[in-house]
Amino acid sequence: MVMQLTVFLENSPGRLAGLTRALGDSGVNMRALMVADTAEFGIVRIICDRPDTARRALEAAGFSVSVGNVIAVEVPDRPGGLADVLEVIGGVGANVEYAYCFVEPNGNSAIDVFRVEDVAAVTEALRRAGMRVLNEDEIYATGS
Amino acid sequence: MARPDLEALQLERLNALLARVYANVPTYRAKFDQAGVAPVVSGLEGLADLPFTVKDDLRQAYPYGMFAVPQSEIVRVHSSSGTTGQITVVGYTAADISNWADLMARTIASAGGTADDIVQIAYGYGLFTGGLGAHYGAERLGATAIPISGGNTKRQVQVLKDFGTTILACTPSYALLIGETATEMGIDIRELPIRAGIFGAEPWSESMRTQIEEILGLKAIDIYGLSEVMGPGVAAECTEQHGLHVNEDHFIIEILDPETLRPVPDGEQGEVVFTTITKQGIPLVRYRTRDISRIVTGECACGRTFRRMERITGRTDDMLIIRGVNVYPSQIEQVLVGIPGVAPHYQVVLSKRGSMDHVEVHVEVGHDVSFDEVKTLERLRNRVAAEIASSLAVNLAVKLVEPKSIQRSEGKAKRVVDLRNEGSE
Repeated sequence: MVMQLTVFLENSPGRLAGLTRALGDSGVNMRALMVADTAEFGIVRIICDRPDTARRALEAAGFSVSVGNVIAVEVPDRPGGLADVLEVIGGVGANVEYAYCFVEPNGNSAIDVFRVEDVAAVTEALRRAGMRVLNEDEIYATGS
Repeated sequence: MARPDLEALQLERLNALLARVYANVPTYRAKFDQAGVAPVVSGLEGLADLPFTVKDDLRQAYPYGMFAVPQSEIVRVHSSSGTTGQITVVGYTAADISNWADLMARTIASAGGTADDIVQIAYGYGLFTGGLGAHYGAERLGATAIPISGGNTKRQVQVLKDFGTTILACTPSYALLIGETATEMGIDIRELPIRAGIFGAEPWSESMRTQIEEILGLKAIDIYGLSEVMGPGVAAECTEQHGLHVNEDHFIIEILDPETLRPVPDGEQGEVVFTTITKQGIPLVRYRTRDISRIVTGECACGRTFRRMERITGRTDDMLIIRGVNVYPSQIEQVLVGIPGVAPHYQVVLSKRGSMDHVEVHVEVGHDVSFDEVKTLERLRNRVAAEIASSLAVNLAVKLVEPKSIQRSEGKAKRVVDLRNEGSE
């Protein structure tokens, strides 16, 4: 399980810059950042090395922050790699609320992040299927 | 009517009114006794010594406490367009309804209407005074009334065309929507027989008048009224379109400095105060409307001697009139306090979208909100909009904004931002 920060942002110039600056000033390093936007507002999802520090820094800067758990899976860089993972998730009747991925810098795989209702059950199913589900330390280890 | 004759009539009617309310309405008796004034004046200037009536008096007397006649004499009630917690009831005797019909007939006539006209009444019918007020007036004039009520805009256009409507009565913003809908339907209203519009129930500007007249090809007449005082027909423009003649044989108008509550000289702005000198059901002594206007000085080219008031230019309180519904920003606050996930900080932003007023409520997302997905926030926004709609009876767009992004004020918060005169108009 990986802790993810979600930040509510208005669609206005400079807001994302303000958010990343607040994190930078607090010494937080990000591994992943994903922006979901609608016509009126955006939601920024962040995976970083020190989520608690990040949360405090963002709230102090006036942002509305919510913290939740997501699943990060290492997906081999080959055709059908992601499909295999999704079939396992689908196989336990879980619905993927959203997903995003980033490429592991030093390896031949990508890391896919999934938001599902029952994180524990899906994690268990993925592990049983032989998939590599990462914890927070591992996500950071992949980059170093 | 010559001025001295009018004033003599006003004085006679005023004293009859004062005797009536003192005898029949406990609220008035208490007010007069407390102020130490007798319910009689020797001249019209004596009005200035009498106590005021305010909206809260009507609220406290809800529903019937301010009525001055037995219930058996009340033949109809209407209510203010107010919303939850704000509703006030007004009652009419048969004589009141008849006077009102006369006043609205006068209003339609001063817009150039006659018995030959076909009047399409697209004000809402019901507890709101607009529809039935205009309806009785059109019939009293001998014109043909089309009681179509508001809404179903395509049908409005079809009826306008097929029935040969010559006068349209509705809110000014609705008139524009009718015009725009006609254009979309490929119908040019300017080529139809319609020639006048009797528009009221919401504040509007001179530039909006120009727009309506261009799009609909008619003469747009501003009318004024409020349910507490009577309904539409308290004052109306003539075809000169320069100030609204106040029906001074039924209502005494005062314009007061809202701070000192002393009269301002003619031509200066102040709060409009009415005394209803003929009303039987729920007569009002010095009713503070909170509307801001001024007396238009000089004689009107039309020859009418009733004095004119300028179109309403503002309010002394923070009330908004949105599509004919009175909205106090504090009511929005009450709704927000009950919804987890939003802060009770908000701003009402008024702008123009095309020709219609657009109202958007900006609401801060709370720090405690647990959201992770777009749909969570959209659900929150929809909930805020739905709760505002259910408790204020008007649909407003809701925009979620970041915590603390709405400017805080140390004094009276600026809850309303009006951008309507900037940009597109």
